[in-house]
Order: sequence, then structure tokens, then C-alpha cells
Amino acid sequence: MQPVIEVKDLCKTYQDGLKALDCITLDVHRGEILALLGPNGAGKTTLISIICGIVSPTSGSVTVDGRDIITDYRFTRQMIGLVPQELTLGTFDLVRNTVCFSRGLFGKRSNPAYVDDLLRDLSLLNKKDQEVRTLSGGMKRRVLIAKALAHEPRVLFLDEPTAGVDVELRKDMWDIVRRLRESGVTIILTTHYIEEAEEIADRVGVINRGRLLLVEEKHMLMRKLGKKRLTVQLKEPIARIPESLSSYDLDLAADGSEIILTYDIRSSRTRITALLQDIKNAGMTLKDLNTSQSSLEEIFVSLVKEEA
Amino acid sequence: MNLEAVKVIYRFEMLRTWNTLMQSVASPVISTSLYFIVFGAAIGSRIQEIDGVSYGAFIVPGLIMLSLLTQSISNASFGIFFPRFTGTIYEVLSAPVSPFEIVLGYVGAAATKSLIIGLIILATAGLFVPLRVEHPLWMMVFLLLTCISFSLFGFIIGIWATNFEKLQLIPLLIITPLVFLGGSFYSISMLPPAWQTVTLFNPVVYLISGFRWSFYGISDVGVGVSVMMIVLFLSACLALVWWMFRTGYRLKQ
Ligand SMILES: Nc1ncnc2c1ncn2[C@@H]1O[C@H](COP(=O)(O)OP(=O)(O)OP(=O)(O)O)[C@@H](O)[C@H]1O
Ligand SMILES: [Mg+2]
Repeated sequence: MQPVIEVKDLCKTYQDGLKALDCITLDVHRGEILALLGPNGAGKTTLISIICGIVSPTSGSVTVDGRDIITDYRFTRQMIGLVPQELTLGTFDLVRNTVCFSRGLFGKRSNPAYVDDLLRDLSLLNKKDQEVRTLSGGMKRRVLIAKALAHEPRVLFLDEPTAGVDVELRKDMWDIVRRLRESGVTIILTTHYIEEAEEIADRVGVINRGRLLLVEEKHMLMRKLGKKRLTVQLKEPIARIPESLSSYDLDLAADGSEIILTYDIRSSRTRITALLQDIKNAGMTLKDLNTSQSSLEEIFVSLVKEEA
Repeated sequence: MNLEAVKVIYRFEMLRTWNTLMQSVASPVISTSLYFIVFGAAIGSRIQEIDGVSYGAFIVPGLIMLSLLTQSISNASFGIFFPRFTGTIYEVLSAPVSPFEIVLGYVGAAATKSLIIGLIILATAGLFVPLRVEHPLWMMVFLLLTCISFSLFGFIIGIWATNFEKLQLIPLLIITPLVFLGGSFYSISMLPPAWQTVTLFNPVVYLISGFRWSFYGISDVGVGVSVMMIVLFLSACLALVWWMFRTGYRLKQ
């Protein structure tokens, strides 16, 4: 199936000479949730802004549903909704008016019933006649989401949707995102929080210094890059790791009652069997075993460190 | 053509006007009334008629132009500067709208607003002096062309300005002197010959002269020349706007 968005060799150098994007190539699959992870200034917002038509690319191309975003902008833009990172809202506008404005701007006939439904879904219906400036920050973000969805887009960009948002709203937001995905909307979101990507995304892309380090199925990524830890609990604590076990990558924990083996899932030989055998040979008795996998957070940190 | 977009931009801008209706209409009406009281009644009574028109009536077209120009520029420049300033412009930039549609929405609304103000001032003037409009059709043509071209000019300033000071600069520093020196309160023929020549470089002279002709049939320069000058100015503004959108000047990084 053709990707809904194809980014090819996209570069962006700002007027001050700063290279914000360095040859990004990326396919976004239809109907997926793609999380873009990256530290501050990585280029996430720049990438999104180019796809949405707010920033001009320096070179490279982007297509949405097979059509070029520059020559065919009318088609591509009506497909896209954008929730910007900053809370940019006209201060004196009424909630309902500003949502209707967005709908019209994207070429859709006014449809009060749809807008009301949207506001209800976002728990904004009782605020619809209020001025935007009288709303709290989280409420404003909901208004921005309503504006982005006002024209029934097929692709939704959420640029750091959870910045400054409480647990409740975050949960609501993920509910909305999942519901949208179920209705076939493709969602691209950026975040600094790895747990978020882990929780909601199908695929994860990591951006640093304008380069896309990788894009991968979330589970594949964790399997591919993840380190696993095997924790061996001992009946009797030991003072230090015996000489006979020095060939393994081991750490002693919990006051000597736990031995931890760190191993790479990618390697074919994890040497677990051998280790257990050697532990037994060293005269120690096992109490329990467990394994744990590194989180995206750890993967991410190690990737970004590697790059630097 | 994305007509829905033009419609919502236009409506939204008009709504903004509506919410600030009192300010929008009151200030030009009050200032124009003051001009009439001071120049028309107090001083005007001691000034002789110009080309058979009483002084109070003579200054009406110039006064309307003065308001029209400043209103068109300030409405249109603010209309586009404000979303740039608050950042809400992102939405317009990311929408499936062409530059032409954006201009139509914003400039159309600004021009409508100044047209309404122009007509209100005209009505106000009628309370102070007996008015006579010899060529009503031409009067509307001049009124419309002026509103459109100066709203377009204001739109350009709104994109060019990087702060509020710059936004005020052009109207204050350029337009007001040009209007005052453009024959709002006098006939060009009253000036010494050397200054008459200098004045001909002031584009506003042509506006006011043509507009006054549509009222009283008297003019400083030929009517055809007046119309030509406005159309020329309009074309220059259109070209500049076209260039701005083509290059993304101050709109897109
Ligand atoms: N308008 C601009 N002019 C010049 N440089 C810019 C502009 N916008 C962004 N940059 C620079 O481009 C780089 C990428 O910025 P961008 O906003 O895309 O990062 P980001 O990944 O979204 O960061 P954050 O997580 O902080 O939002 C940064 O170094 C930033 O300073
Ligand atoms: Mg950002």
C-alpha cells in the first residue's frame, strides 16, 4: 500500500544558516500512529511545518497521498490537520467561532452539528460561547485540537500535544487519538516523553540534529536495540563475583544477593545456559530468576549519545 | 477557488470590526466633525469661495479622502499583522488557500469597512454643509478604487512591519503629510507655481482632485489622469503583494 506521506531527501536551512533538517527520508503508513522523538531543537517542528506548508523546504520533496505538497497544495492541505506546539489562538475569539473559522478556511461548508459533536468529544461544548482567552491552558489545547479536526482531516499532526497537560487531559487525548486511528486517520505526533511513544505509537522515529536516526516498529525497535537483563537471585548473598564468572558481563546488586547479566537480544549467543551452569559450579544456589527489557527511554538516550 | 475560505476570512474580519464598531466609526466621525466646525464654520466663513464652492463644502472630498486613506491602511495592516504577531497566521498558511483568496478576504474586509466609514462621513458632512454630487457614479468609482488600493497598501505594510511601531510609522510619517499637502484644504492653483510643480509628485493630489471633481465638477488635474494614477498605484500594490507571496516574504521561513 502506498504510504500516505512520503518525505524524500528533505533539507531545510534557515535564513540564518542553521541547518535544521539534513536529508530526511521518511514514509508514513496509512492509518498508523507515528511518534517522532527527539531532544529540543532536533527539527521535529520544522519537519511538520514543511509538510503542512508553513515553512518552505530548501530541497527535497514531500508527497501526501501521492501528490506534491507544493504543486498540489490544495489537495494535500485539505487532507491535513495540525495542532501546533505553541498555544496560538486569537485572544478575543469565541470557541465556537474559531472552530468554524478553521473549517471554512479549509474549504468545508459550515456544519454546526459536526462542530458541536467535536466540541462535545473534547468536553468543550459548555465553553463554546466563551472567549478563548478566558480558558485554561489545557482547554486552549483542546480548542486547538478541535480546530485541527474541524475540516475532518485524514492526517493529523500533533506537535507535542501533551506539553503542559495534566494526567486527565492526557488520558482524554490518547482516547481521542485512538478513536481517530480507528476511523482511519493517520496520526503523527512529536514528544519528548518516551513513555508516551511507548504507550501509544505503532512506530517510532528518532530525530536528532536534523537527522532521522531510525524509524522502526515500536516492538521491533525494543527488540532490536534493547538490552535485556537477567537477574539471578541467590539464596546466600556473596561478597563479590567469583573469578570463575569473570568472563560474563555481570553486576552485583541487592547487597550481594543478586547477580545481574546484561545481554544484547541481537546477539545469537546470550550465554545464559552457560552462566547458570557456572553459577551452580561455583557452589551458589539460585532462589529466583527474572528478565527485563530496556525501555524506549534507554534506547533513545543511548542512540542520541552515540550520535553526539 | 476556495470560496468558503474567502467567506470565513471576510466574515471574521468584519466581525472584528463589528465588535469594535464604536471605535471604528466614532473616531473618524468625531475628527471629521471637528474639522468641519473649525475649518468649515469658524475659519471657513472668512475664506472666500473657491471656484464657486463655499470653503466648507470645498474641503469635504479632501476630508473624506483623509479618513479613507488612514482607515484603509490601518484596518488592513492590522488585520494581517495581528495574526502574524500572535502566531495564528500558521493556520492560514497551512490551509488550502491561494494568495489571491487570502488577499480577497483580508483586503476585501478592510476596504468594505473604510467604504462604510467614508459614506458615514459623507452623511455627517451633509449635516454641516450643503452637499452637491455632480457625478455620483464617478464618486463611487473613486471611493471604491481608493478603498481597495489603500487597503492593499495597508496589507503590504502589515506584512512588512516587524513590530507595532513600524505599523504606525508609514501612516503617520508618510500618509498624513501627503494628504495634508495634497490639496485637502486648498486648491493647488492657490500655491506659488514652483510648489505647484512639486505637488504634482504627490500621488494623493490626483486622488483628491478627481474625487472633488465628482462632487463639484472642478479639478486641479485632468480626471483621466486621476483615474490613471489610482489604477497605477493599485497595480503597483498588486505586483508587490504578488511578489511577497511568491517569495514568502516575512510570511514563510
Ligand atoms: N524560524 C526559525 N529561524 C531560524 N532558526 C529556526 C527557526 N525555527 C527553528 N529554528 C531552528 O531550527 C532547529 C530545529 O528547530 P525545531 O523547532 O524544528 O526543533 P524541535 O525538534 O521542534 O524542538 P522542540 O522539541 O524544542 O520543539 C533549532 O535549532 C531552531 O533553533
Ligand atoms: Mg518543536
